[in-house]
Amino acid sequence: MSELTASGVAIDDTFAEAFDMRATALIITADSAKWALQAATTMTGFATSVIGCGCEAGIDCELVAQQTPDGRPGVRVLMFATSTAELQKQLQNRVGQCVLTSPGSACYAGLAAGEDKLNLGAAIRYFADGWQIAKKLGDRRYWRLPVMDGEFVCESTTPMTKRAVGGGNLLIMGAKPETTLAATEAAVEAMRAVPDAIMPFPGGIVRSGSKVGSKYKGAIASTNHLYCPTLKGAVDSAIGPEIACVLEIVIDGLTSEAVAAAMRAGLKAIADLGPQCGALRVGAGNYGGKLGKHHYRLKELMP
Amino acid sequence: MSGFTFRLRAPPPQRVDLSALTPQALNGRSASEIAALPIHTTRAALSVGDLFDLKQGDFAEIVFEGGAERLDRVGAHLGAGAIRVVGDVGVEAGRAMTGGVLTIEGNAGPYAGSGLRGGLMKIGGDAGERLGGSFAGEAEGMSGGAIHVGGNAGARAGDKMRRGLLLIEGEAGDCAGSRMVAGTLAIGGQAGALPGYLMNRGTILLAGGAAEMAPTFLDCGAFELVAARLLADYVETISRRLGAAFRGPLRRYAGDLAALGKGEIFVRAP
Repeated sequence: MSELTASGVAIDDTFAEAFDMRATALIITADSAKWALQAATTMTGFATSVIGCGCEAGIDCELVAQQTPDGRPGVRVLMFATSTAELQKQLQNRVGQCVLTSPGSACYAGLAAGEDKLNLGAAIRYFADGWQIAKKLGDRRYWRLPVMDGEFVCESTTPMTKRAVGGGNLLIMGAKPETTLAATEAAVEAMRAVPDAIMPFPGGIVRSGSKVGSKYKGAIASTNHLYCPTLKGAVDSAIGPEIACVLEIVIDGLTSEAVAAAMRAGLKAIADLGPQCGALRVGAGNYGGKLGKHHYRLKELMP
Repeated sequence: MSGFTFRLRAPPPQRVDLSALTPQALNGRSASEIAALPIHTTRAALSVGDLFDLKQGDFAEIVFEGGAERLDRVGAHLGAGAIRVVGDVGVEAGRAMTGGVLTIEGNAGPYAGSGLRGGLMKIGGDAGERLGGSFAGEAEGMSGGAIHVGGNAGARAGDKMRRGLLLIEGEAGDCAGSRMVAGTLAIGGQAGALPGYLMNRGTILLAGGAAEMAPTFLDCGAFELVAARLLADYVETISRRLGAAFRGPLRRYAGDLAALGKGEIFVRAP
């Protein structure tokens, strides 16, 4: 496709196509970092793709006590959905079932401002069955819900941004599954250091990349057969004979800049690892530029 | 440029109403116009110029040099800017404020900060009864903003308080937080008898205990609540001492069960 290379890794002259999303951020705290992480991990489970999960969510970063509203260890979580109504529904369900239930937890807004607000504690307070207490401190309003280990404190609302982007991606291609995975893991590790961006799939990696549509009626997505190594001889494959494994990283960001920064960090990490121990080639998924308004050209992001 | 200054020439011959002397009300007026403003509360006419020497300055801050117990309604309905009183004031200082900062370096009379809706009111000395409270017949007392008293407060501080922060460094009179609807009241010294009398909701911290607790408050046990951490951080922006009082184990009393009973009184747990 191209002759672009970075430290011997071929970079396709193509672009990742991404879409506008609605997003919010939460700060989850607990008495220990272990339990803050547990609540955040549970809340962001089964949130890999809006195709089947309703939202995409992940852990942005861990926070030390000095960085959280209540001075306890915490975790910042990002949540993305395609509509305000769906994001509100997912937020309420996930905080209600996964954070409220986690020992010692508390939950706060994780965005300073946004175009709109979502109900957080304001939606969950009814669990307290009339014993809930509102506490307004300055311009922030909190709900206190009596629970069996004390109180669950939850900020009343959380800002929502309409400037979020979902679907930034990299396709990492290698000669062997283990080297491809090593390159992809290195990329995810580098991307995790980028603020305001998450990689929602397991460990940040998706091995079953999809295309839009299917031969089967009712299925909105199906396997990206052009990148399946076992179909190389059977279809008009997008990969050559030297490629035996393709892994994808999907990136959601609170801003387009965050997605670009994460992709740039990932590309550099892949290039730094080199083709011997890592990937032979990196590409990106798009729909011809007709569906998403955000286009991330790899040649503009490569190191 | 320093603030516009009213220098008190002599003790007022009658109670005077200074509610018209706020930054937003005076802005754009000439010194002669201001000097002619009526401030009397009896049939004997009295204007600003009869009582104060005026010194031109920035209307963003108004300074009263010299105070008196007869200077009533200082900073009432203040919406923005700052007022500072070097001395004492009379009744209803800062009543129904919606914004800005009112600083009284001396003592304040009854009903200071009553009906406060926003802004910050600081009283360096003592405050009279019904600090941040309500007038008879009013549905609620202060419903926003913050009041900080460096000294003691009279009876029924925070009566019918609905929202906001009322901080008293010293002692408080009887029935502090009576009929509270919500909000937070913190008292550094000892409170008088029956704090939280007939309160429905809201939070009272008694860092120095109380002369007598009502039997209609029930001991819920001692806790280190996350909400107390948030309160400590917020209160510390105004008073480090009272903010620190929210830290550590606090014994929670729920009440007043003679009313709705969903309020709480915290006392320091040993």
